[in-house]
Amino acid sequence: MTEEEIMRPENLVYKKPALLNDTPMHYCPGCSHGVVHKLVAEIIEEMGMEEKTVAVSPVGCAVFAYNYIDVDWVEAAHGRAPAVATALKRLWPDHLVFTYQGDGDLACIGTAESIHALNRGEHIAVIFINNAIYGMTGGQMAPTTLMGMKTATCPYGRVADLHGYPLKLTEIAATLEGTCYVTRQSVHSVAAIRKAKKAIRKAFENSLQGKGASLVEIVSTCNAGWKLSPEKANQWMEENMFNFYPLGDLKDITPMGETH
Amino acid sequence: MKGNEAIAHAAIRCGCDGYFGYPITPQSEVLETLALEKPWETTGMVVLQAESEVASINMVYGGGASGKRCMTSSSSPGVALMQEGIAYMAGAEIPGLIVNVQRGGPGLGTIQPSQSDYFQATRGGGNGDYNVIVLAPDSVQEMADFVDLAFDLAFRYRNPVMILSDGIIGQMMEKLVLPPFKPRRTEAQILEECPWAASGRKAGRKPNVLTSLELDSAVMEQKNLHLQAKYAAIREKEVRFETMQCDDAEYLIVAFGSAARIGLKVIEMCREEGIRAGLLRPITLWPFPSQEVARLARRVKGILSFEINAGQMVEDIRLATGGKTPVAHYGRMGGVVPAPDEVIRALKEELINSHCHES
Repeated sequence: MTEEEIMRPENLVYKKPALLNDTPMHYCPGCSHGVVHKLVAEIIEEMGMEEKTVAVSPVGCAVFAYNYIDVDWVEAAHGRAPAVATALKRLWPDHLVFTYQGDGDLACIGTAESIHALNRGEHIAVIFINNAIYGMTGGQMAPTTLMGMKTATCPYGRVADLHGYPLKLTEIAATLEGTCYVTRQSVHSVAAIRKAKKAIRKAFENSLQGKGASLVEIVSTCNAGWKLSPEKANQWMEENMFNFYPLGDLKDITPMGETH
Repeated sequence: MKGNEAIAHAAIRCGCDGYFGYPITPQSEVLETLALEKPWETTGMVVLQAESEVASINMVYGGGASGKRCMTSSSSPGVALMQEGIAYMAGAEIPGLIVNVQRGGPGLGTIQPSQSDYFQATRGGGNGDYNVIVLAPDSVQEMADFVDLAFDLAFRYRNPVMILSDGIIGQMMEKLVLPPFKPRRTEAQILEECPWAASGRKAGRKPNVLTSLELDSAVMEQKNLHLQAKYAAIREKEVRFETMQCDDAEYLIVAFGSAARIGLKVIEMCREEGIRAGLLRPITLWPFPSQEVARLARRVKGILSFEINAGQMVEDIRLATGGKTPVAHYGRMGGVVPAPDEVIRALKEELINSHCHES
């Protein structure tokens, strides 16, 4: 097959989603954000929701998410994305409204907004990137930093008497009456990416169908913050993060098939 | 009805799309009245009790970012919590209305009325170089009238607007004429009037992104210059005030909100005693009626700033007079409301009988 033949449209097997623009991403090579951004853009396109999506970006590494996905965005103050999304969804009930937040944003400074928006059953989807570290500010301790893990603000490792324990906000969310779908995924392998895509799609459909609040945690790597190569970071995540943050659905009151 | 109830009824009648609030004395009647009126069944207005004032203001931020007319109300400690959100609204140029029914501070302070949030309201209140348009009602009627005015100003300038009231006006019952009913804007009208809003990217246009963030300092400076030009236009066009018996006045009382009502009695009692006093009531606290203060300052022997606080607006009066006219302050704190005779005593001691006229 010649190069020209390969480039013919009928031979196309993969293309970048149209909503994902050409702005070079600021994310570090190996970071999970890029993959999740691509999934989000793909899903919005597949659902045909380009004109009726309002996304809410956080403070943290994903603060610039609005530079990469061509939908309307509101950039929220640190931790406040679920409150911002609450108003957007209540005022535009036929729109797809989702937040995209990191562990510090969602499970630390914004814990109150997260829990209350989820518990009110706001018809929003929350995408929660948990990489157990503050990436944007240079690798400080996060609410989800594992015991013993070293960061810039727990340089000798996280210990309970100094730093307390990692918070499993996703487990808490599963206990709330207002949530309809709570799941924990990852994007470290092709199989995992496929599962994560299904989960995000389900969360988005729940938002549109007014079924309640959905939370999709993506256990992610921060190879720059963890000071590991992308490959080693994936391996470290599998060996350490998945034990404490096991993958899978924690709650699903929307039977499979009903949302499709 | 009460001033707080007037705010709620006016919101329903002037096409407000969303109210988000958290209970705090002395303004809880705003949310209570809305809950009782159930406007979601009539106009479609969203009413939500949020988990905190922090959440409330960020709901106003989100709703305003999508072009909807959204508001919150609170009292001093709650408005202190909202300052982050208000600064973000100013930075991202998101319109919205914040009602502050003030109580005495600092901290938890008291539930009794006060005007001690003047600095916070007129100096921005949060971080960065910005201003909030501040309207100061002195009656239940103005509580109602200023809601629609506040929304109009907020959307004309894409800026947060504050109604700075206090526990007296909020709790006081007066007769009023409610504003005429105005329907909420349709989604088509919002799309037309707010092409900047994040309400879903229509085909053919670039995404709308509402943010206060910009890491390139040159671009951020341009953004600030744009904001400053906007504030200059607001200073130019939106100053509002009222004067009473100022034409022949030898002494000028400057007072806003509930203090202006006491001030009215003060000038009446002064004139009975033969003291020619006039009253200037700033209606916009920002922009402050500096030119009118300066104009009157040239004609009077002294100015008394009468505020229910330790002396805050007096600084704006001194800036406006440039030290050329004696300026004094009288006020009470902690929720104590001064009586007219105290104010007259202060006027005499500080200005009329004072031999060292210092500004």
